[in-house]
Amino acid sequence: MNVVTRNPDIACQSADSRPGDFQPLRERGQHEVFCGLTSIMWLHRKMQDAFFLIVGSRTCAHLMQSAAGVMIFAEPRFATAIIGERDLAGMADMNDELDKVVERLLARRPDIKMLVLVGSCPSEVIKLDLSRAASRLDRLHQPRHRVMAYSGSGIETTFTQGEDNFLAELVTRMPAEKPGAAPSLIVVGAMADVVEDQMTRIFHGMGIENVAFLPSRSSESLPAIGPNTAFLMAQPWVNATALAMQKRGARRIAAPYPLGEEGTTAWLKAAAEEFRVDASRFDAITAPGRERARLAVERYREALAGKRIFLFPDSQLEPALARFLHRELGCEIIEAGTPYMHREHVAEELAQLPASATLSEGQDVELQIDRVHESNPDLIVCGMGLGNPFEAEGRSTKWSIELVFSPIHGYEQAGDLAELFARPLARRGLLKVGT
Amino acid sequence: MELTVWTYEGPPHVGAMRVATSMQDVHYVLHAPQGDTYADLLFTMIERRKARPPVTYTTFQARDLSGDTAEIFKKACRDAAERFKPQAMLVGASCTAELIQDDPGGLAKTLDLAMPVIPLELPSYSKKENWGAAETFYRIVRGFCQGYQQGETANDRKRVNILGSTSLGFRNRDDIREVVRLVEMLGLEVNVIAPLGASPADIARIPEAGFNIVLYPEIAETAARWLKKTFGQEMTSTIPIGVGATRDFIMEVAELAGVDPAPALDDDAERLSWYSRSIDSNYLTGKRVFIFGDATHAVAAARIASEELGFRVCGLGTYSREHAREVRAAASRLGLEALISDNHLDVEDAIIAAAPELVLGTQMERHVAKRLRVPCAVISSPVHVQDFPARYSPQMGAEGANVIFDSWVHPLMMGLEEHLLQMFRSDFEFNDDAQASHLAAVHAPAANPSADEHSPKAETIQQASDSLSWTTDAEKELRKIPFFVRGKARRNTESFAAERGVNPITIETLYDAKAHFGR
Repeated sequence: MNVVTRNPDIACQSADSRPGDFQPLRERGQHEVFCGLTSIMWLHRKMQDAFFLIVGSRTCAHLMQSAAGVMIFAEPRFATAIIGERDLAGMADMNDELDKVVERLLARRPDIKMLVLVGSCPSEVIKLDLSRAASRLDRLHQPRHRVMAYSGSGIETTFTQGEDNFLAELVTRMPAEKPGAAPSLIVVGAMADVVEDQMTRIFHGMGIENVAFLPSRSSESLPAIGPNTAFLMAQPWVNATALAMQKRGARRIAAPYPLGEEGTTAWLKAAAEEFRVDASRFDAITAPGRERARLAVERYREALAGKRIFLFPDSQLEPALARFLHRELGCEIIEAGTPYMHREHVAEELAQLPASATLSEGQDVELQIDRVHESNPDLIVCGMGLGNPFEAEGRSTKWSIELVFSPIHGYEQAGDLAELFARPLARRGLLKVGT
Repeated sequence: MELTVWTYEGPPHVGAMRVATSMQDVHYVLHAPQGDTYADLLFTMIERRKARPPVTYTTFQARDLSGDTAEIFKKACRDAAERFKPQAMLVGASCTAELIQDDPGGLAKTLDLAMPVIPLELPSYSKKENWGAAETFYRIVRGFCQGYQQGETANDRKRVNILGSTSLGFRNRDDIREVVRLVEMLGLEVNVIAPLGASPADIARIPEAGFNIVLYPEIAETAARWLKKTFGQEMTSTIPIGVGATRDFIMEVAELAGVDPAPALDDDAERLSWYSRSIDSNYLTGKRVFIFGDATHAVAAARIASEELGFRVCGLGTYSREHAREVRAAASRLGLEALISDNHLDVEDAIIAAAPELVLGTQMERHVAKRLRVPCAVISSPVHVQDFPARYSPQMGAEGANVIFDSWVHPLMMGLEEHLLQMFRSDFEFNDDAQASHLAAVHAPAANPSADEHSPKAETIQQASDSLSWTTDAEKELRKIPFFVRGKARRNTESFAAERGVNPITIETLYDAKAHFGR
């Protein structure tokens, strides 16, 4: 479908939406996705006093330096404790070895406040208990350094689920809110600092004063949580975190994700309703942002309207991105793949996707590539392993990892988000050279 | 357990991938957990390859571990054989699959595939990438050559194989062209080039050549030794990187082939020699250079630096423990002790201690040099997208020497620029915090006299000695020396003062030391 319905009631389903009980296409074959360790790429920049120590193999270390496609210049706040033959053969006690590595690391980086042990495929398979190791090391090194653990292993997590596991573990460390505490809001899922600042201004404008973000920028400023806490998911992958927060009494505010003008408005509106913000105040506060976002997105509409898009699974953002592309830019979605789908947490997104779009969960990359060849999309959103091979076939691609590494949320970034999809097409139009 | 931030080499299965991806009509089925597919982007992004690597991953997950991961492997193997129809199938495990012990080789045998299967056993917890590549290449060569019936064309001394070039190898793509040119100038015929570009059918023809040119021992030596033992094929030992080494290589190849080396020796494509002799290169004399890389490129670089550019090698090392012997020998010829380490933090410490004026290293050393504001050129893997330039830029042969001259000399200050900097060092826009003018269009802001003092690494250099102190005037005078030689001046002065028991260091001490050490 090429016609876009601009429904003023954004929560309303589009006319050709799918039934609520539909089944996505589920495939089991080669998954061309990153493992959860890869989310350390942004987590180590986001929480500046934390250090992520992967307990894994040479492959894990190699992944970390290769995954971003470039090496990071400064000394990063992550490292790998590489398990060796001696450890596996039992010639060295792995816990003693880990203690030594941690000691060496803390001596080198005394500024680390929170040391995070990150489990990997090998550490999970040999059942090295990192949670216990973390509590032991925590007792040893507190109060100067705190130590925690989570798993980012590929056998349990894809890409963004690594952040989810980290945040879920952080939730257990958040202080309890005081009895009778004033209502507070926590926004969950790492976003660019500048976006957080924009969101904070809007929430304050609406009169929601107690707003915090998870992950916080410092390990020592974790927000309090309890029955007077409500939370908004800013990223669709924080599923285990949401559960952990609900366990601590917080309420989830159901909303689509703040991508594009519509998504951002609906997301803010959900918070406004939860905090009983007056409708006219909501309109007054959001109107300038809505207008700017519409204007910024409009610029790319001509380039993208009617374009047929195929999204490979990568970050779990895919359903929300497909909704934005479909509703605000008039794209036709051929397939939106996602590595993992939490039905409840993307319900608002799915409701706004046209029934003609194939939704797939999990992956058999060969079959998915076959479907690209059959459907011949105008733009393929995919990972770095697939991008150049598709380009060499004469197809246009957008590397999906950029969508996780760029500020895309909120009103002021809606145009930037649209531009990320428009750029490969514009570039194709510019170049007078062949493949 | 070993603490590491960056690694010089990936795991051994990445080495196997490099060999598989280099070749035609080979497919590699890798038993590996979800996430190990990251390795694809090494090839599609860093090397900008137009096709996906010929690798199928089983990408098993935790829930599969309680079920039948062996069945997942068998299905992936069958599907890959059916879909890609390769001439040969490689099978193996990554680090995690090694732990669950499914035996990919044994499983693949039960499948009765239409093509030969080569099982790879690459111990992930003790070996690394280059070893994995060498072992894989050896297994393939052995697998396809051992049935070869000797007799027909064997031992034709004028036919050669060129072995060792791979995908993701440092400038391998262009080195091959350069070496083929040399070989053809000698009137020899190239029989097989492998692994890069070879199919299993080509590999099976390797014994038809008289001898093997080993371009890259890290990858081809194991296979070449087996070929020598099995078919009596000789192998070369000189790596033609640099003017002298290229001449030695030509002599070695000509002797093995029984031909006259003159046609290749008389080639006039090489310019490094004249450029290095020309007067503007005078300023290169005695520049301190620190060299680190894989063994092949580090040893070659040391010879070029000392014999062909007139640098002084102040540090030499490698991360290739398998080839440490060659690097130790090269270092001792230069009066140095080789640094053999795969810990980049040790390498960084060694660079700081050596206070070089130029670093020749890998991408890792490039970052270190950048932090220390020392010029740097990359000479070896591990590679980065920038190490695959669009232009022809080999390291081997005549053109390789030309490329090396340019890429090592250009990062340095040009001769007259260096002089002017020393004479008028407080110029507000032409000061020692500014980059060489031919490197950056935008100059640094006006000199901040203490800028370099604040970087923690600079502190390390400058507070080499706690017990010695500098008078304020001497400290000021020291600052008049450009940044890139200031560390050396400070070190020399301090060791001079310490030897003579001078404390504090005055302007006089500074100049006494200068007179003592010379430039």
